[in-house]
Amino acid sequence: MSRHRNIYMTDELQAIYDQTVEFVSKEVLPHGEAWEEEGKVPRQVLSQMGELGMLSLRIPEEHGGLGLGPLASATFSEALGASTFAGFDVTVLVHTDMAGPHLVNSGTPEQLERWLPGVVSGQTVLSIGVSEPDAGSDVAGIRTSAVKDGDGWRLNGTKTFITNAVYGDMTILAAKTDPDNKYGITMFLIPSETEGFEVAKKLNKHGWLCSDTAELVLTDVFIPDDQVLGTVHRGFYETMKNFQNERMVLIGMGVGAAQAAIDQTLAYTQERKAFGGHLYDLGAIRQRMAMNQARIDAARASMYHAAWMGEQGADNVKAMSGAKAFGCEVINQVMYDCVQFHGGMGYMRETPVERMYRDARILPIGGGATEVMLEEVAKRSIMG
Amino acid sequence: MKVVVCVKQIPDPADPGALDPETKTLKRDMKLILDESDSYGVEMALQLVDAAGEGEVTLVSMAPNNERSGLSTALAMGAASATLVSDPALQGSDSLTTAKVLAAAIKDQSPDLVIAGSESSDGYTGTVPEQIAGVLDLPSVTAAKSITVDGSSIKVQRQTDAGHDDVECPMPCVVSVTAGVVEPRYPSFKGIMAAKSKPVDEKTAADLGFDADAVGWAGAGQEIVDVAEAPQREAGEIVEDDGEAYTRIVGFLEELKII
Ligand SMILES: Cc1cc2nc3c(=O)[nH]c(=O)nc-3n(C[C@H](O)[C@H](O)[C@H](O)COP(=O)(O)OP(=O)(O)OC[C@H]3O[C@@H](n4cnc5c(N)ncnc54)[C@H](O)[C@@H]3O)c2cc1C
Repeated sequence: MSRHRNIYMTDELQAIYDQTVEFVSKEVLPHGEAWEEEGKVPRQVLSQMGELGMLSLRIPEEHGGLGLGPLASATFSEALGASTFAGFDVTVLVHTDMAGPHLVNSGTPEQLERWLPGVVSGQTVLSIGVSEPDAGSDVAGIRTSAVKDGDGWRLNGTKTFITNAVYGDMTILAAKTDPDNKYGITMFLIPSETEGFEVAKKLNKHGWLCSDTAELVLTDVFIPDDQVLGTVHRGFYETMKNFQNERMVLIGMGVGAAQAAIDQTLAYTQERKAFGGHLYDLGAIRQRMAMNQARIDAARASMYHAAWMGEQGADNVKAMSGAKAFGCEVINQVMYDCVQFHGGMGYMRETPVERMYRDARILPIGGGATEVMLEEVAKRSIMG
Repeated sequence: MKVVVCVKQIPDPADPGALDPETKTLKRDMKLILDESDSYGVEMALQLVDAAGEGEVTLVSMAPNNERSGLSTALAMGAASATLVSDPALQGSDSLTTAKVLAAAIKDQSPDLVIAGSESSDGYTGTVPEQIAGVLDLPSVTAAKSITVDGSSIKVQRQTDAGHDDVECPMPCVVSVTAGVVEPRYPSFKGIMAAKSKPVDEKTAADLGFDADAVGWAGAGQEIVDVAEAPQREAGEIVEDDGEAYTRIVGFLEELKII
């Protein structure tokens, strides 16, 4: 009698979920603390995941992947969340679900042939370089420029907050190619060893400590035409194709982490003695934890539902934006309560919820801030 | 080289188990998973077939409710196919009946080698593998920590209290393996996807030639009369170290006649 976690799960997705949870429990949880100290996820674990096919859910079968859709990513991201080390989760998910899909969606047959084997194996770790010091939510405001130069392009500018770009191998990078059109953006494939393409700084962060985040400087970087990804000047629209997926996996990893935090808090409050009983005997605590479970269940369900819409090719911008806004805010409220009910221990570095609380803070900012997400819902909710 | 591995599907040990008050046995009506102690057998079998350069690993499992989640895990690890024996009539089978049923499912396959775990993790007697060997009239080796094939026989390192014995045994034979001696591989995601299309042959007791009254509760040569809670473990003694605690520890070990 196979029991599935929800109505969207096939036998295979259920097995992928179980397998991923087992993997992170054995290969990540025991080591995560050391990785946080080092500010790095060891390459060996990414290679191991590559060997097991864990990096290629969304890569077409003809390129050695599994050719699965958004529901697989939703499942995988939620399962990764069980690692409790969101810095690890995001290292993987930027590669598989935030950068990788751009290559798959827009790559020429030659580009796919050239790069996908390394993406599948974890040899070529990807990053996505859009944000700049003066342009985050307003993508059209980027200033990094690419100017035609012979059989290629000459790039100049600065990128910031780029996940996986300190230790990764290739950045999919957005640059302005049409100065007369603010949406005239083109995407480029830039291997990390390219001349003039430098990591200016490894950034220090509030959370996600084992994830590497770079400030990048491009000085007269030459990129040949065969490393232009997708159509020239159309990069803005082409990147939008993956927005729902990117939002979804951020919710997924957050929901997985929030569930782990809830479970840890339930265990802690049911064991911690106070007032002649346990903390969990206090109505204020048990009621709030019950509501927290309900909120996370709602966030999870709305994510899977939006994923299912996407799986069928339906327009899920409104559903996914709403799920991102709601889910990521709720995840933070839940983390706050989990720290609160751990008391002073919740404020100590040795307590996992302390880290998970910090890790969650970026979720309502990155990949579309809550306010931006709500605008996506609001403008699709005008009657008439 | 054809290796059959007996795998048991059990309730997830991470979830609190419960006894059925009526049958006094473990409730097994939930999703079952591959018993970890059998994943070692699957891994050993896959390694043997890899080393032989030819052949395949097949699985045999007896489980309630046509449960196959645990089988899927072993298929995803690389086994080629499985036989699943499931029949309400088999509920309550004792270890000898279980061995007879598994033996019947194994027999048709004429394997070179049958591998089983030494004992299951949920409810166990630790006797099924040897009883299978008895029913099939095959030699058996217990407590194997490593197996290598040498022509038509196998060489086995048999775990003992002192270390291991080196034994040799002609094939076909039945070997029970100890847990923890190999690192079971993670199923790859491709393996997971492929497991879906691997054949699982479902059989009832009757398919294997058993009458319903010869198996299950009806055929069991044992009865569970009573079950009782295991006694609570008593709290240990905590010795605060004031610099002299070692004398207390030495005294304690002397009391136990360990030193
Ligand atoms: C740890 C980390 C990792 C990151 N990884 C990557 C990466 O790999 N690649 C990449 O390209 N970028 C990455 N980013 C950048 C991230 O996507 C941006 O931080 C995010 O898009 C917000 O942009 P911003 O920081 O410039 O904030 P701003 O755009 O300056 O916005 C500030 C705040 O203003 C509000 N706001 C903004 N726009 C609106 C609006 N339209 N309506 C109402 N309110 C609004 C929101 O509250 C928002 O949080 C990362 C950031 C962090 C912190």
